[in-house]
Amino acid sequence: MKARDLLSRGGPVLGLLLVCAIFAFLIGPQFFRPVNLELIARQTAIVCTAALGMTMVIVAAGIDLSVGSIIALSTVVIALLLKRDVSPLLAAFGGVGAAAACGLANGVLITRLKVVPFIVTLGTMLIVRGAAKGLADERRIEAPATWLNGLLRTVESGRGLFLPPGIWVLLVLALLVGGVLRYTVFGRHLFAIGSNERTARLCGVRVERVKVAVYAISAALAGVAGVMQFAKLSVGDPTVAVGLELDVIAAVIIGGGSLSGGNGTVLGTVLGATIMSVVAIGCSQHGLANWVQQIVTGGIIVLAVALDRWRQGARAR
Amino acid sequence: MRGVSKSFAATAALDGVDLDVAPGEVVALVGQNGAGKSTLMAILAGSLAPDAGAMALDGRPYAPRNPLEARRAGVAMIYQELSVAPHLSVMENVVLGTEPARGGLVQKARARQITQEVLARLGHPDILPDSTVGRLSVAEQQLVEIARAFAIGARVLVLDEPTSSLGRADVRRLFDLVRRLKADGHAVVYISHFIEEVKEVADRFVVLRDGRNAGGGSTAGTTREEIVSLMVGRRVEDLFPRSERHPGEAIVEVEGIGRGEVGFTLRRGEVLGIAGLVGAGRTRLLRTLFGLEPVRAGRIRVGAWTGAAAPPRRWEQGMGLLSEDRKGEGLALGLSVAENLALSRLTGLGPGPLVFPARLRDAARRWIETLGVRTAGPGQAVGELSGGNQQKVALARLLHHDVDVLLLDEPTRGIDVASKAQIYALVDGLVAPPAAPEATRKPKAVLVASSDLAELLGLCDRIAVMCRGRLGVPRPAAQWDEHSLMMAATGTGDAA
Repeated sequence: MKARDLLSRGGPVLGLLLVCAIFAFLIGPQFFRPVNLELIARQTAIVCTAALGMTMVIVAAGIDLSVGSIIALSTVVIALLLKRDVSPLLAAFGGVGAAAACGLANGVLITRLKVVPFIVTLGTMLIVRGAAKGLADERRIEAPATWLNGLLRTVESGRGLFLPPGIWVLLVLALLVGGVLRYTVFGRHLFAIGSNERTARLCGVRVERVKVAVYAISAALAGVAGVMQFAKLSVGDPTVAVGLELDVIAAVIIGGGSLSGGNGTVLGTVLGATIMSVVAIGCSQHGLANWVQQIVTGGIIVLAVALDRWRQGARAR
Repeated sequence: MRGVSKSFAATAALDGVDLDVAPGEVVALVGQNGAGKSTLMAILAGSLAPDAGAMALDGRPYAPRNPLEARRAGVAMIYQELSVAPHLSVMENVVLGTEPARGGLVQKARARQITQEVLARLGHPDILPDSTVGRLSVAEQQLVEIARAFAIGARVLVLDEPTSSLGRADVRRLFDLVRRLKADGHAVVYISHFIEEVKEVADRFVVLRDGRNAGGGSTAGTTREEIVSLMVGRRVEDLFPRSERHPGEAIVEVEGIGRGEVGFTLRRGEVLGIAGLVGAGRTRLLRTLFGLEPVRAGRIRVGAWTGAAAPPRRWEQGMGLLSEDRKGEGLALGLSVAENLALSRLTGLGPGPLVFPARLRDAARRWIETLGVRTAGPGQAVGELSGGNQQKVALARLLHHDVDVLLLDEPTRGIDVASKAQIYALVDGLVAPPAAPEATRKPKAVLVASSDLAELLGLCDRIAVMCRGRLGVPRPAAQWDEHSLMMAATGTGDAA
């Protein structure tokens, strides 16, 4: 029981170690220089932040395809607010707020219209993308430079932060989401809905309310990812993060989440996102073309899920 | 099968079990859930390999490596959950996997001929080869699956709980079919919980208990009670304990809800039973009370609250529902015992909105002990437990929530006799006046809907019969017997 638990929980950890070992072999020990590790962390931050919310949604047997568009909308809103001399902090909150409103709409549509989340968020993916483009007049929006742009910038040594502030934000959020999933009534309700929605309803879980909340929270986290995206670009770009939702979902799946719900952990998701960044950076530093990297990432996704199936099958026997 | 053993991890599921079936014989395999019936049959059907022991078919060693080899050897298994493809036709289902083909093209005429032959042999030429299987009744779908087994020449047929989802008339027809197969010289292994069925359809019975042979004999020379005693391993003195009950205040009052103007009163300290055939509206009545289905008309009072309410409110008002659909609704099979048990009331397991896993497990452990749930621990997934233990977990949820009104829909469907007895004793304890040290606890009120008439008669103080959405007037259980209940349920007698 213990050994099997270790294997099942440790899957993503083993995966990360394996991927690191391969690139350590291919590239050499300089792959683990602090600069490189920080690069990996920075590369992971955007996908990983959005994946935190996606973890909650997937645990509850949902899916949110609109996160890429929401990130783009968030960067546009931030840039527009900054142009109007709104303080950077308020602008960031504005971006997150706009994102949360999109998520609220997702949740309300899913629960009121009783349409499956895949279809609803496929629709809002296009709607939000269109709204972002309209808001930005189909252009990149230049914004005055503020401290927001430094969120994901390397910190000079001796400033006591070690990591870019954005990474700290991510770590705090990860702990928070992990705690909510594991130690709160809301978290337990998410697992119950994902495992068997009828049971949740029978047990008096306010299923609709919980669903609306989880899509709103997930979108708000995508909004935070949008703040980081803005920091990286330093402009509001309505065409950014196209297809990013698939990376986000992949991170959750590699981390052990199941699209049929009831499974998923924050630690797994963080590791899943990290694995993808390590592959991306490793491949490019080894001089492998982008297409190789895509094939490798795709292979990892299928392999991760196949291993998970195999393990669950072994347990059922 | 000789000396067959099989262990999972440290648990021995089977320990030296023997089973013989002769051609032209029907052998019933009986035993409680977890006794090893399913494991034994999985080995016979090639889904599992035995750790020790040997099997022979027609005198030759038989060691299938997978279900396909077993089917080719002539051993076919019909599971409780049917495995037909609902979108395909009868014909396509019957020849599925063994399609007569030439050069990759299915020969439809040949397939139709095979299907018609087999269905005629089974005495059901009335099922058309071109009908879509999903449109057939459950009984007919079962026949299609049996036909598939015989289309590839099965000689040994294993039926696992074949009647659990059939109506009475269909059960009759299935028994006729089993007799026909027997007359044709086939060997049939029949697995069932229903002792009456076993006595009716089987020649011999074999009892498994805790993975060992616990006895057997001819069904004709053994009484029902003797078989049950062998299964349980002790004499079932009285399945239905009955303490002195003193019905008190009316806690639920229902007036004129539903199609048939259903009305009744439920008091603390009593068990009210609702009898009726499948589809009579018993489940709908319970679900309407609980707010899972809309109240179209009439009045409901629960305690001090009047009117319709959604499930979250009902739990707050002290009412809980045990679903008839244990696996589909009652339990989240992927979640742990503890989570299932405490799902309706997670508050109080930590400050504010927090739930501490350790507190959750402690709360669950208490009920696991009280109800004697057989589990590796509160963290084990509910789906891994046997049916009886799953049901205890589902029932424990109502106890953990400490509801005053328990709505129990088919509380013992498909579970073993020992678990049944435990549940009956538990329900009796809930409605009994509390003993002196806990005198502040008030007795609960229980509403039971069941298609098991003996269960209702043994458990309830009053019973009302539901027939086509109409609920008759509840009468004291002593004024009913199985015959009069059945008459009222089928609408042949004076229902009120």
